[in-house]
Amino acid sequence: MSTSYGAHADDHHGPEPGLLRWLFTTNHKDIGTLYLWFALIMFFVGGFLAMGIRAELFMPGLQVMDPHLFNQFTTMHALIMIFGAVMPAFVGFANWLVPMMVGAPDMALPRLNNWSFWILPFAFTLLIGTFFLPGGAPAAGWTIYPPLVLQGGANVAFMVFAIHMMGISSIMGAINIIVTILNMRAPEMTLLRMPLFVWTWLITAFLLIAAMPVLAGAVTMLLTDKFFGTSFFNAAGGGDPVMFQHVFWFFGHPEVYILILPAFGIVSQIIPTFARKPLFGYESMVYATASIAFISFIVWAHHMFTVGMPLSGELFFMYTTMLIAVPTGVKVFNWIATMWRGAMTFETPMLWAIAFVVLFTIGGFSGLMLAITPVDFQYHDTYFVVAHFHYVLVTGAIFAIIAGVYYWLPKWTGHMYNERLGKWHFWLSTVSVNVLFFPQHFLGLAGMPRRIPDYAVQFTDWNMVSSIGGFAFGLSQLLFVYILVQTIRGGERAADRVWEGAHGLEWTVASPPPYHTFEKPPRVTEAEAHG
Amino acid sequence: MHRRTPGQAMSSGIAALTALVLASPSAFAAWDLNLPVGVTPISRIVYDLHMLILWICVAIGIVVFGVMFISIMRHRKAVGAQAARFHHSTFAEIAWTVIPIVILVTMAVPATTTLIKMEDTTDADLTVKVTAYQWMWKYEYIEDGVTVYSTLAPSSRQAIYEDPTKVENYLLEVDNPIVFPVDRKVRLLLTADDVIHAWWVPELGQKKDAIPGFINEMWTLIKEPGVYRGQCAELCGKDHGFMPIVVRAASEDEYRAWVAERKMAQAEQAALAMHSWEKTELMALGEKVYVTACATCHQLDGDGIAGAFPSIRGSEVATGGLQDHLKLVMDGRAGTAMRAFGAQLSDVELAAVVTYQRNAFGNATGDVVQPAVISAARNLNTGG
Repeated sequence: MSTSYGAHADDHHGPEPGLLRWLFTTNHKDIGTLYLWFALIMFFVGGFLAMGIRAELFMPGLQVMDPHLFNQFTTMHALIMIFGAVMPAFVGFANWLVPMMVGAPDMALPRLNNWSFWILPFAFTLLIGTFFLPGGAPAAGWTIYPPLVLQGGANVAFMVFAIHMMGISSIMGAINIIVTILNMRAPEMTLLRMPLFVWTWLITAFLLIAAMPVLAGAVTMLLTDKFFGTSFFNAAGGGDPVMFQHVFWFFGHPEVYILILPAFGIVSQIIPTFARKPLFGYESMVYATASIAFISFIVWAHHMFTVGMPLSGELFFMYTTMLIAVPTGVKVFNWIATMWRGAMTFETPMLWAIAFVVLFTIGGFSGLMLAITPVDFQYHDTYFVVAHFHYVLVTGAIFAIIAGVYYWLPKWTGHMYNERLGKWHFWLSTVSVNVLFFPQHFLGLAGMPRRIPDYAVQFTDWNMVSSIGGFAFGLSQLLFVYILVQTIRGGERAADRVWEGAHGLEWTVASPPPYHTFEKPPRVTEAEAHG
Repeated sequence: MHRRTPGQAMSSGIAALTALVLASPSAFAAWDLNLPVGVTPISRIVYDLHMLILWICVAIGIVVFGVMFISIMRHRKAVGAQAARFHHSTFAEIAWTVIPIVILVTMAVPATTTLIKMEDTTDADLTVKVTAYQWMWKYEYIEDGVTVYSTLAPSSRQAIYEDPTKVENYLLEVDNPIVFPVDRKVRLLLTADDVIHAWWVPELGQKKDAIPGFINEMWTLIKEPGVYRGQCAELCGKDHGFMPIVVRAASEDEYRAWVAERKMAQAEQAALAMHSWEKTELMALGEKVYVTACATCHQLDGDGIAGAFPSIRGSEVATGGLQDHLKLVMDGRAGTAMRAFGAQLSDVELAAVVTYQRNAFGNATGDVVQPAVISAARNLNTGG
């Protein structure tokens, strides 16, 4: 029993006409759309930088750029992909879906929501603008370790302020999501009836609030070291360069889970739908997510095993890091148990979700290898690490984002995407992404350090393979844009419950949903919540 | 009318590509896949540990992906599968929590014992202090009184913009390799002068950061004579990729001969500093020093890189007061990539490079700086 968009055409609460709609909007669906477009644009900006990196690494010698520009490319690629593409994409999903999934009319703090988004374009203008400063963009890696980062010029200040703005945006977004989930649920939407996507975002939001201020503090100390003569990280002035790494990774490791927990949530929505079977071990999924979030605060120094910690410190961080494998394993087993004895079909979102499970698990295996401290001394700062975190972030986070887009796009736009093109996009991406990143394991093991613009000739072959995979993966994403535009502009009309096996409140409203949903709290049955 | 699905089209494409690669065996020459076993007792243990964990991961992968694959094959709607309704199994959930914990403990035991061995730097036969700079290494043999500066070999540097395949050991060759005696426990003390670097030779099985203000320790004991190559493993700025390490492992006798040779060379250097030099000699040597020590930032033509590295051509420093120029070169400039060269270059080299900078690139100051001026400046610094 749903109302269609047309029936609401005379509703005086509809969107404002013209471009101002997007500037002043406080509607969670509009803001979700803005976040998603912003993330897509940043994905292509960061992707352009990645193509530059792979072009330079195609063969030994320097052909495309000088080493200083190369370092700017690697640094900015990471900052843009992490803070500009993956995080805003997940916030876009949260904006669109959390109110619809918990039966709320909108986010709890709509004006704050508008501000959270509109800070981002300014933050990234500031950050990307550093390319045009004398001395160029930040070039010390996204981990911005002093003393190296302090050798940069004015870009240090620009980058610090950009990070502050992103942090403010993230924290406000996180507060909004927590308040919405805890206060705005429909009366029958108990905590343990919430879709797993809502659960993972609730936990992610707490991680954001805990982690982002730590980063803000760290970069503020960089700022005063650079411009106001303090010596937080300057050994010559009595400071400690390693302290920065501890503070940075105390933010940085929770950040890793900020980038993956919502992906777990998306995949946990998709697999039950296409297996036509309830999610296996719903409660253990919730507890596993919470455990991962907790452990993420006590593993940070595994990013810095080579800094010369005491033996006891190395052992502690090795054991805690290995422990993360347990709740992560529980998640993977639950997804497979959900598929077991289901009645699966393999529409595009399911393909991406299955690829996520397989490839993220491969990234998890290399993560386990990296946790073993004595062997990590060999892996550390090599391409093995690059392969590892691209498996968890590209075939992990980004694959889940793409899976989610295909899954909810018919709901958002009211049109079905082109299934055949979607499958082409999937197969091209999945093959090329493995050609791109799998050989990087070999390069790292064979001794190629990361963040180098040029390499010894014995690394040529795998680098060429990797670059070819990279170009193919980059090109494949143009197909994604084509599919998106095609779907937004038209196509077969989508039903309200787009997928036969889908459960949850978002499928009870029209496709596309009216501008305002759930002005009266909806009923939530056990069957609708868990299938 | 049969239309192939993208999956089918793609897999036949992969098959064709694989056939193409397999058809050219010579291409496999450099397709390295794995960690080197290495040449130290520790590196071998580390390699075995790496393989153990790898195979455990492969085994888990086969089981997990195998179950998933069977499910995908059998539990699909297209073959008429009916969805079951179960969503919980206490037994399964306990099993897949406990079994991983047991596997993790079996990994943690050998990892812990190995780590304890690696961190034991006691009872070393000799100690070498390693200081990292942007972008070179300094090695001080504490007991034998030898100091070696080691930087990227000119043959590699020249090939960067030309044809790297024509050079032997491209980017893994240095001007002055160091020598470690085999079967001796060598303790390395690592630190840095400017930013954080990391010292890594894969065959020795370990890496460690070199951090300004800290002294880190690691040790190695090489069993097989040979030449082992590595490079800086922590991003340290523009020439991070051009900072190789070459260690020659040799018998005790060869090591002694090398120490004697290095000491003789150091004595010759000291003697050179005593006599007065012609301007042409200083300019010739100065150019060589400039190319290895200065040109990576300030560029061969002295123009620097706008916004990042200042120009020397017509600069206020190189055409201004001599003492200020000397002070900048010897003490560096804090917070920039301009490091203190006073400790890295000899009196003769400093005299030559400053003379060169003040007379090349159109900087016609006419100044000739003798090594004696440098040693006077050094005394002034320590005295003041």
